[in-house]
Amino acid sequence: MVRVELPFHLRQLAGVDREVMVDVRGTVTARSVIDAIELRYPMLRGTIRDYATDQRRPFLRFFACEEDLSFAALDAPLPDAVARGAEPFMIVGAIAGG
Amino acid sequence: MSGVRVLVGTRKGAFILTSDGKREKWEVSAPNFGGWQFYHLKASPVDPNRIYASQSNDWFGQMMQRSNDGGRTWEAVGNKFLYDGIPGTHQWYDGTPHPWEFKRVWHLEPSLNDPDTVYAGVEDAALFKSADGGQTWSELSALRGHSTGSKWAPGAGGMCLHTILIDPRNHERLYVAISAAGTFRSDDGGATWKAITKGLFSKYLPDPTAEVGHCVHRIAMHPSRPKTLFMQKHWDVMRTDDSGESWQKISGNLPTDFGFAIDVHAHEAETVFVVPIKSDSEHYPIDGKLQVFRSKTGGNEWQPLTKGLPQKDCYVNVLREAMAVDALDTCGIYFGTTGGQVYASTDAGETWNAIVRDLPPVVSVEVQTI
Repeated sequence: MVRVELPFHLRQLAGVDREVMVDVRGTVTARSVIDAIELRYPMLRGTIRDYATDQRRPFLRFFACEEDLSFAALDAPLPDAVARGAEPFMIVGAIAGG
Repeated sequence: MSGVRVLVGTRKGAFILTSDGKREKWEVSAPNFGGWQFYHLKASPVDPNRIYASQSNDWFGQMMQRSNDGGRTWEAVGNKFLYDGIPGTHQWYDGTPHPWEFKRVWHLEPSLNDPDTVYAGVEDAALFKSADGGQTWSELSALRGHSTGSKWAPGAGGMCLHTILIDPRNHERLYVAISAAGTFRSDDGGATWKAITKGLFSKYLPDPTAEVGHCVHRIAMHPSRPKTLFMQKHWDVMRTDDSGESWQKISGNLPTDFGFAIDVHAHEAETVFVVPIKSDSEHYPIDGKLQVFRSKTGGNEWQPLTKGLPQKDCYVNVLREAMAVDALDTCGIYFGTTGGQVYASTDAGETWNAIVRDLPPVVSVEVQTI
C-alpha cells in the first residue's frame, strides 16, 4: 500500500483524513498512484491532473522523501520508500492566491 | 408557493438563503464547500430539489456538484469537459490565434422539462449538455464551429459563455451569449447557430457593427414573451422583439449604460431592472450610490430605486449572474454584490433590505419560489 497525503480541499471532497492508503499494482509511479487515487476516490478525477493534457495541474506539486518530484516524468518510478509505504507521496497545493 | 430559496455562489463557497413567503426573516446556511469558487448554482424547474452547481478553483480545476434534496447534501458528478474533436484556435487579446482551453463552467441551465438534462456554458466559450443528471457532458460543437468561431476573443473576464436561455414555447430554440463574441440563436436544439447581433454597436471594434466581437454581459427573457430579449451589453442596454433579428438601444435616461446584471419582473414583461455601473474602467456605482434602475416601459424611461440601498461610500460591483427574481404574487428582486451583500426587495424594487451582509464576494444569485 502506498501512503498519500492530499491537500485540504481534496481531503474534504473525498471525505478522508490527512493521509490515505491506496493499492498500487505494478511499478509505483506518480501516474500509477494518481490512477489508484482516482479509482478509489472517483470524485477526485480531474482535480490532480488535467483531463485534456493528462498533466499535473500547475498549482500542485508532488513531493516525497524530501525531494520535489513535480517535474519528473509521470511514469518515473517513485522512491523505494514510497513504494514500500515507509514514506508518503505528498500532493501539495501551491501557497498562492487569496 | 409558500417560500423562497436563494442560491448564492460566491468566491469562497455556496450559500443557501431561505425564507417563508413574507420574505422578512432569512436563514443563511453554512458555507457549502467553503474556499471554492461557485460561479453558478441553478435548480431544475421540474424538480426544485435538484440543484446543479459549478465549483472550481485555480488549484484543482472544475468540479460539478448535484443536490437532490434542495442543497442539504451534495454529490460530485461529472467534471470532464472535453471539446469535440480538435479544438482549434480562437483570437487572443493581441489578435493572434490561441488554442481553445477549457477553464471553468460559468453558467448552468437546467432543462425546462427534464431534471436530468442540463446545459453548461463554459470558458473558453462553448456549450455542453448532459442528459444523465450531470454525470457525462457532450459539447454542442456546432456553436464553436460557427463560421466566426476563430474570430472570437476574450473579454477582460475571459472568453465565457455566460447566458443560456431556453424558449419555453419551443425547447429547440436556444439563445446563448458570449463575452466578447456576441449572441447566437439555435432553432434546432443546438445543431446549427446564427449570430444575432444586428443593431449592436461597439465603438471599440474596428467595425463597430461587426457580426461578432460584441461584449454582451447578460441577456434576460420573460417566459411569456420569448421573442423579446433584454440585453446589458458592455455599454448599452438593448432589446429585441424578433428573437434577436434586430436590436434597439433602450438606455434612455440611465446615468450610465455600462453594467452587468439585467432581469425582468416575474409578472410584468415590460418591467426591467438594471444596476448601472460607472464605467468599464471603474466597476462601481456612480458617486458611491448603489442604485437599481427600473423601467416599466420596456426601456428608455428609467427610474432610480434607492430606498434601503447605501447612498454614500458604496463601491461594490454587481456581476452578471448576480440578479434574479422570485415568482411570488408581489415579485421579489434580489441581487448580490462583490462586497458580500445580498439585497432583496419584496415590492418590485421600491424598498430594499440586505438579507445577508457579509458573505464572500457574490458571483451569482438564483431564486427558487417553492
